[in-house]
Order: sequence, then C-alpha cells, then structure tokens
Amino acid sequence: MVEDYIQKELSNGVAFLYLNQKDAKVNIVSPTLINVFEQVIDAVIADDSIKAAVFISAKKDFIAGADIQSFTADKIGDFQPISRKGHALLAKLENSPKPFVAAIHGTAYGLGVELPLACAARVASSHKSTKLALPEVKLGLLPGGGGTQRLPRLIGLQASLDMMLTGKNIFANKAKKIGLVDELVHPSKLKIAAQKLALSLVNKPLKRKRKITIVTKFLDHTSIGRSIVYKEARKKVLRQTLGNYPAPLEIINCVETGLQKGTEAGYQAEVLKFEELMMGSVSKELRNLFFAMTDKKKNPWKEHSQDLRTLGLLGAGFMGSGIAEVTLDKGIDIVLKDLNPATIQTAKKTLWKALSKQVKRKSLSKVEAKNAIAAVKGQVDYKDFETIDVLVEAVFEDMAMKQKILAEVEQFTKEDFIFATNTSALSIQEIGKFAKHPENVIGLHYFSPVSKMPLLEIVKTPATSLSTIATCFDLGLKQGKTTIVVNDGPGFYVNRILAPYLNEAMLLLEEGADIIKVDRIMKCYGFPVGPFALMDEVGIDVGAHVMTGDLAEMFKKREGAVMSKGLILMNQAGYKGRKNKKGYLAYDKNGKKIRGKANDSVYDFFGKPSKKEFNSSEIQLRTTLLMVNEAVVCLQEGIIESIQDGDLGAIFGIGFRPFTGGPFRYIDQVGAAYVVKELERLTSNYGARFKACSLLEEYAQSGKKFYELPS
Amino acid sequence: MNKKNIVFIDGCRTPFLKSGTDYLNLMSYELGQFAIKGLLQKTGLNPKEVDQVIMGTVISNVQTSNVAREAALSAGIPNTAHCQTVTQACISANRAICNGVNEILVGNADVIIAGGVENTSDTPIGFPKKMRNKLFGAQKLKGLGGTLKFLFSLRFSDFVPVRPAVAEYMTGRTMGQDCDIMAARFNVSRAEQDDFAYRSHQLAGKAQEAGYLKDEMCEVTLVPKFKAITSDNGIRPTAKRAKLTKLRAAFDKKHGTLTAANSSFLTDGAAASLIMSEDKAQELGLRPKSRIVAYVFTGQDPEDELLLGPAYAISKVLEKANLSLSQMDVIELHEAFAGQVLANIKCLESDTFALDKLGRTEAVGKLDQTKLNNWGGSLSIGHPFGATGSRLLTTASNRLLKEGGTYALIAACAAGAHGHAMIIEKYKA
Repeated sequence: MVEDYIQKELSNGVAFLYLNQKDAKVNIVSPTLINVFEQVIDAVIADDSIKAAVFISAKKDFIAGADIQSFTADKIGDFQPISRKGHALLAKLENSPKPFVAAIHGTAYGLGVELPLACAARVASSHKSTKLALPEVKLGLLPGGGGTQRLPRLIGLQASLDMMLTGKNIFANKAKKIGLVDELVHPSKLKIAAQKLALSLVNKPLKRKRKITIVTKFLDHTSIGRSIVYKEARKKVLRQTLGNYPAPLEIINCVETGLQKGTEAGYQAEVLKFEELMMGSVSKELRNLFFAMTDKKKNPWKEHSQDLRTLGLLGAGFMGSGIAEVTLDKGIDIVLKDLNPATIQTAKKTLWKALSKQVKRKSLSKVEAKNAIAAVKGQVDYKDFETIDVLVEAVFEDMAMKQKILAEVEQFTKEDFIFATNTSALSIQEIGKFAKHPENVIGLHYFSPVSKMPLLEIVKTPATSLSTIATCFDLGLKQGKTTIVVNDGPGFYVNRILAPYLNEAMLLLEEGADIIKVDRIMKCYGFPVGPFALMDEVGIDVGAHVMTGDLAEMFKKREGAVMSKGLILMNQAGYKGRKNKKGYLAYDKNGKKIRGKANDSVYDFFGKPSKKEFNSSEIQLRTTLLMVNEAVVCLQEGIIESIQDGDLGAIFGIGFRPFTGGPFRYIDQVGAAYVVKELERLTSNYGARFKACSLLEEYAQSGKKFYELPS
Repeated sequence: MNKKNIVFIDGCRTPFLKSGTDYLNLMSYELGQFAIKGLLQKTGLNPKEVDQVIMGTVISNVQTSNVAREAALSAGIPNTAHCQTVTQACISANRAICNGVNEILVGNADVIIAGGVENTSDTPIGFPKKMRNKLFGAQKLKGLGGTLKFLFSLRFSDFVPVRPAVAEYMTGRTMGQDCDIMAARFNVSRAEQDDFAYRSHQLAGKAQEAGYLKDEMCEVTLVPKFKAITSDNGIRPTAKRAKLTKLRAAFDKKHGTLTAANSSFLTDGAAASLIMSEDKAQELGLRPKSRIVAYVFTGQDPEDELLLGPAYAISKVLEKANLSLSQMDVIELHEAFAGQVLANIKCLESDTFALDKLGRTEAVGKLDQTKLNNWGGSLSIGHPFGATGSRLLTTASNRLLKEGGTYALIAACAAGAHGHAMIIEKYKA
C-alpha cells in the first residue's frame, strides 16, 4: 500500500521520500493517504539510521492538489474527523525531532503547499514549471490543511492573504522573494540541495532573515496594523463578491482567529469552516464547474484532428489581433492579413505589448518573446496563402461580404483548408453556401476582448466534418479557451440566450428603470457586470447588429414579442459603447468608467420615461429567467447538445451567476416547477414573452432534474 | 558515387539594407531567423523535416559564433536539426549551399536549409591587442591593490577601438585597391564601369517595379515599432548616368577608376535556400524550381588574381558539366565591383588567358550580357557578404522560370582569392 504512493530511498543518512502515485499521471492527495503519510513519517522517526528526510516527487509535478471528489459529507460533523486527522499528521511532521525538507519541482497546489509548510524547510527548482498556489478559494473553499495558520506565520499577513484570497500562482522567483521557499536551485541540483539542507538542519534550525519595510512591519506585526489589514481585506472582498461567495471572508476569519487567539483556535476554526464551505451550495457548484472545465481540456475527437501549423487571420482589427494574441508562443505560425498596413502595424504593437508584459512577469524570456512575434507575418495580399491550415475571418459583419471573401480566398488557399468565420450572428451555413468544401466551413465565435474572455463557441453546420471540428477544438485548447460546440442557428447559443436578457433590461429602461441601479442589482445577483455595462463593453454597434439580424426576426415571431428599439437607435446616433466613450455609462477622457454615473442622454432613446422604483428581485427574475428559459429552448431545439455546454457557455460567455453552476444547474437547484411558476406569474404581469418552453414545463411536471446524478 | 538528384525548392531573403540603416539594432542571427522563418512560411515546409541548417557569415559576433544555430532555433527549427556556420568571405552562402549538397549526396541529410547572414551593423569592435592582453591579465588580479595596479597600467591609446578592416591579410591591400589594380591591368575604363553600375541600378529598379524582387523576400518588421520593411533600400533607378562621372575615385585618388557608385556597398541582410533530394521533394509534394547540376570552387594567387575567381571557376564548372557558355540561358554573377565583373568577362573572352591560365586552347566564350544579372546585382541590390550566394541561386532559378531557358550559371569571387561557380537546370518533372 505505502509503496503505491511513496517510495523510500536512503542516502547518506537522508531518507528521500518519493511521492509517486502508481497508475496516475500526477500526485493527488486524498484523505485516504493520511495513513500512508503517517506510516512513512513514523518509520523515518523510528529509524536510527535516518537523520533527516526529504519529500520529493518522482513525477513532473510535486503535488497537483487534493482529490476534490473526496470532499463530501452527508451531514455537519462528518468531515471534521478527516480534517482533524490531517491536521494531526501535519503537526507530527512539524514537531518531528528529525528535520523534514520539501523539495519542490513543478506544480504544487493546495496540500502541495501545505505539506511543505509543515516541513522544517523548503527548497524549490528555479524551473518555470515550478508554481505554488493555494487555489482553494477558486473552488469556494479555504486551505484546510493548516494553510490559513502556517502561511501567515511564514510569509506575513498581507502576502498570505494575497495568496489565499486570489489563489494565484506563485512562481519560483517570487516564492523565494516572499519567503515561501528557502532556496532555489536548478532542477538537476534539487536532490543534492535538499539533502544538504536537510543535514544542516539536524544540528540547528534554519534562521530566516526577511527584509521587510517598516510599513509591512507595522501592518503585519502590530495589532493595530493587523486590524487595518483585516478591515481593508474584508472591504475589498465584499466589493468583489457582493456577498455571493463566502469563502474569502472565512479565510480572513480563520487567519484572524489564529493570529489573535493562537494556533489551536485557528486550526479549530479551519476545520469547522472548511466543512461548512464544503457542504454549501456555492462550493459544490464551483467544484462542478471545475470538473466540467477539466472535462473540456480533452478533445473528444482527438483522433480526427489535423495538424495546425499556420493560422491565417483575415482582418487585423481588435478581434483579429485578439485572436492572434492568444495564439502567440503556441508553436503556431500566424498570418495576419489586412487591407491596411497601418492596422497590421498597430496589431503587432499590441501583440508586442502583451508579450512584453509576460517578459516583465518573467513568464517569458526576451528571446522567446521576440521569437513569438517573429512567427506573426503581416501582409496585405494573399501571398503564400496555400500554407494556411485554418483561416479565421474577422471582417465586417455582412453576409455578402463574407461569402465574397470565402470565394476570394479559395483561389489562393490549399484545397483542404478550414474556413472559420468569426461572426457573432450570421448563419454559418449561409456563409458557406458556395464553398468548395462546405465540410471545412465552421464558425469560431470568440468573445471580446479575446485575451480575457475564457469561452470559445464553435458553431458547426450539418455539413461540417468531424475533422474540422476536432482541429478547431485543438486550436481552442491551445489558446487556453474553454470550448463548447453548438449547432448553427440565429445567434448560436450564447447570443441567443443573451438577447432576451438584454432586451428585457432595455424594456425596463423604457418603463422607467435606472441604468446604474439595474446594473448594480444584477451584479448583486451574481453577474460580473450589469447588462448595460456589458452592452457598452461588447459595443453598441455589435449589439445592434445582433439585434437586427436573423436573431431578432426569430424573436419577433414569438408569441407576445416586445422588442426594444433603443439599442438600434443608439447605434444610429453614433453610440458605440466604451470604444468611442459613448454608451449607457459615462466615461472620462481616457475611456475610464466614471463610477456610478450613467450617460443620461441615453434615456432619450428609450422614450424618456419618468423614473420609477423597481423591486430588485423583480428586475433579477425578469431578465434572468428569460435567459434560463431560452437556454432550455436551445436544448430543446438541439442548438446545444449537452447541458454541460449550456452551463459553461452561459457562465464563461456571459458571466451567468457562476456560483449557481449555470442555467441548468440553477433550474435543478430551485426546481423546474418554481421556474415555470415564476414565468407564469411574469406572463400574467408582463405578457406572453415570459411563457415557459415546453421542455421546461415537461421537467416541471415530472419533477425530473437535468443533471440526473446527484451532484 | 550516388546518383541522387539535388533540387532547389525555393529561397527567401530579408530586404537588403544599407549598413547602419533600419537593421542597426539587430543582431545578425535575427536577420537569419527572419529569412529562415520566411522560407518556411513561403514553402509551407514542416520544420520537423529539416535535417540541417548551414549558414555562411563573414563578420561573426562572439556571442553567436555559430550563428546558424541561433537563427535556426529562433525560427522554430527543432533542436534535433544540427547547424553549422561556414565562412569563405563573399562566397560563404555558396559554400553553405554546396556543403548542403554534399551532405545530401553522402546520405547524411535529405532536407537542408542553407544560406547566410550578415549584419555589418552588428560588427564587434575590439580593443587594441595591447589592451586585450591587459584585460586578460586583469581577470587574475585580486584585491584593491590589483585593481589599482590595473587601472594605473591603462593608457589613453588603449581605449582607441580597432576598426575592423576589409583588407586582405596577406597583402595588406583593401579589396577596392586590388580591384582598381585589376581594372587597370585588364583595361577596364572608368566609363565602362560606370555604365555597368548604371545598368545594374536600372535593371534592379525594373525588377523591383515588376515585383520580382519582392517575390524573393519576406517582409521584416522590427520590435517595437513594427514598421514594415518591404524592399531593398540601396537601389537607385532614378540616379542619372551623368552624375556617376562626377564622383571622385574612392580607393586610388590619383589614378583610380573605382568609385562609391561602381563598387558594392556595405549591406545588412540574410538569405536562405531550401534544398533537398529530388526523392524527398516528391515525397513532401514540393515542386522544385531547379536542379543543381554541378559546382566548383577555385583558389588563385592573392597577389594579383584576388578577384579573378569567376573566370577560373566558370571555365572549370562548364568543363565539369560538359556544357558551353553559350548554352547558359541565365547568368548571375556577383557584382563586387563593376570593374571586377568586366575584368572577368574579358578573361573569359580572351584566348591568351585561356591558354596561359585555364589550360584551354581557346577562350571560354563570349558572355552574352543580355543574359547577365537582368534583375540587378550586388552593386544595386547590395551585398551582405554571407548571404549573397543564396540570393544568386534564388534569382537564377526564378529567372529561369520567368525568362525561360534551360541552364543558369552562377559565379562569384571572394576575398582570399577564391572563386565559385555553379550550374543549375530548370526543373523538369
């Protein structure tokens, strides 16, 4: 049993404990391993021939994290003994008479940091794959392996809160700088350095000298200073989470308890709060989301995908250069074609800026950055287009134009190239109508700004081949996107469910609602930005285009359709949103939002209604339930092929309340019957546009859940 | 010997720029990177297929002494392809290409990228030998005393940088001086030289306008401004012929005929050619432009035949291929100096030279100048020492396709009194 996880090797009085989980690619720690670690630690302590021990990984990562699946309990108190046992084990490690050293190379997440924290010292490889993080907060949890107690004592209050509240990666150099590790060495010298360090600790413990500024000393080490830090941290957390996510506050609570009332109280708080968070719905859904995302990291059609060496981009504007940016340094050559050389030049400058940022962060060397930019070829003609494997067009949204471009490029490309259109609303089938190879035509719907938006919506037509889909899925993976594959139809999936939501927000304006208030209420509900800020970000012009095409025609035919004209009128009046500083919100000269201030002239486009107060939950339900209902319509019509895609698309494309797990998980939580009932109420109050779709009614009647298995 | 056919697929070069202009801040490997990357993008070749990269260079930078390796790796060639840098003055790229041919012939490789790089703006400027000795010694000094002793040993003259000269080491003369002597020896007049230089700029200008030169180039954009560099900047088609007469002699102020206009200028640039066995080209589905028929290198007396290499090499390569000069449909001669090209042509046409020097009973033949350097040459396009050879091969192949014909002749001279010539044949499937 023990050998399946940890292999021991004795060398010069030092026991090397190789973490090497059998039959697994990475080391994952689960509660069942507590006994294994205990046996190993006891054996080291009992063996007189051993003076010290080193935890080191035989895999390419140290410990990739904890087995999240094992975090379950039926009732309060069930998980506490497991946590306590883990704490006792780490305490045994910490208080061991023989020094234990952690030698870290590769990913060290969660317990991968907390285990080393309980060791006498830590040495890490300087390799760029070495990254340490306590990412529990991202799953709605807190570091439950003593992290909230040991980390602040090692690296200081502020640095530890920063690490635990963001869950961000700490790379080797930074880890050394903040004192998270004691020594950095080349990966090849990791073993020898750990051995030396371990032996030196036998006689005397390590003395750590940390250079800290007077301000840090005051804030981290005095009770007045600390109380300021807690207060500021809580304020910031609340500003960001609006009370929707409990974990960050609990992390602060645990740290505060530990530093004020001592470690015993701190560990106790950690045990109780960890279980509480774990059993709460927010963490449950965030973990589900994590699993769904992890699932998407594998291409389900891998065997069909073709080699992609050269990506062509037609149009070097905002979208084109955004797509190029996420493709940099991925081993893909980029051909950036635009009619205007100045646009190409601007795009390259933007790309270089993005690369320079990475160089500054040291995640890329200057030479690597230069090589990455050298892989971008700008051109105004179709020279050498036969080398292009996938061509993404990001030109003006016009059907005739897109068809013309496809016919034009076909003269210069190789026979089997993939033509991907980055449209947000036009029919892919229609664009590919005259294509030589309709099976190679596909939609790649990126979201703006491409570098920040995590979703890629791949749109296939009945003609699209599996190999085309697979190759594009690979591209999405390389670009770091979470990818969903949907079927062609007006607005595809994301814009389709977004349209009724935005339309309802605009109807609220017509009824006299306040722009700022609606946005704030929707943010409190869990959307990262309100509907009006969203339209400004996406662009009023883009929104108006979506709202006038096939998608609008489709909605117009619905029973009781009421469509706001405001967005179209705004577009006609030259409002483009944030990009020209003319939108729903007010912007300063630099294009920065003026906090809490709307552009009051906008109300003119919505019939200048007199202001009215609305019930918050009414605003939230009117907008959101339309989106939820539309998601079910998409499932019913086969636009999406799975509820997982429906949830991921809504969360990563629009920011649908992430802690609910997406529209389908939300329906499962509150019950389809409740959703239908509310929709019926809204129908009688506001009209037939709120009618629940037949599939949703079916679920309401049968009481079935979309996710059949208990989650 | 193996009867493998070696084919040239395509070539690519950076725009050639006058030394000290837009490439000023680049290291020479970066120019090589652009040319290789451009070649890969142009041909669509999977970098994994490349077995070796061979680059020529003359002025090498100590930091990147095997500049081929840096250029290849940064262009995305896998690190399993091994790389070498070769040097043979102005025919370094020709040497690189021929080494590639040999490697394929003996079975060491199937696919080779060969060419050259030169960034005269990246020239390492050295300290005088005396100073270098002092600095070397200073590495061993210890403590404050040692440092002080070193500091006090320094003289003002130690800091005068040594200008890298383009002089022939054996004779101490610069190449311009040598060519000036040669022009006098073969009675090449100032007017003839100026005419030839004028012709070079005129033809290059026309080729530039027709887009022929652009077809051989990749666009270069440089960090951080990314201004697109799309053409050579030394070509002056608008320069008046009369203006050339007014220029003063550059090397021999009293009796000289060589001027700045009828000599090639210092140039930065890189070029790369893709060559492979015919079988491999078929396997990869690549259409070659030409087949390499034969090549030779020659050596002469540095004292008075420094730049006569082409005459010797052309004679030899024609013999080797069993072809005559009149069978050559396209001729690409490297234009180090107008006087050098014209002197070599005179030698080829001379019966006495053939008898005395080439061991032939009669002259090699009349060189038809309507076939010569029709898209311009080193005088107008520029001459990055290490890269020109790859440009010659590319242009000769492209001209065969555009102008028609079967054979093309390439020849060049080099410092150290070397010559090179190659015959290629338009590819027939």
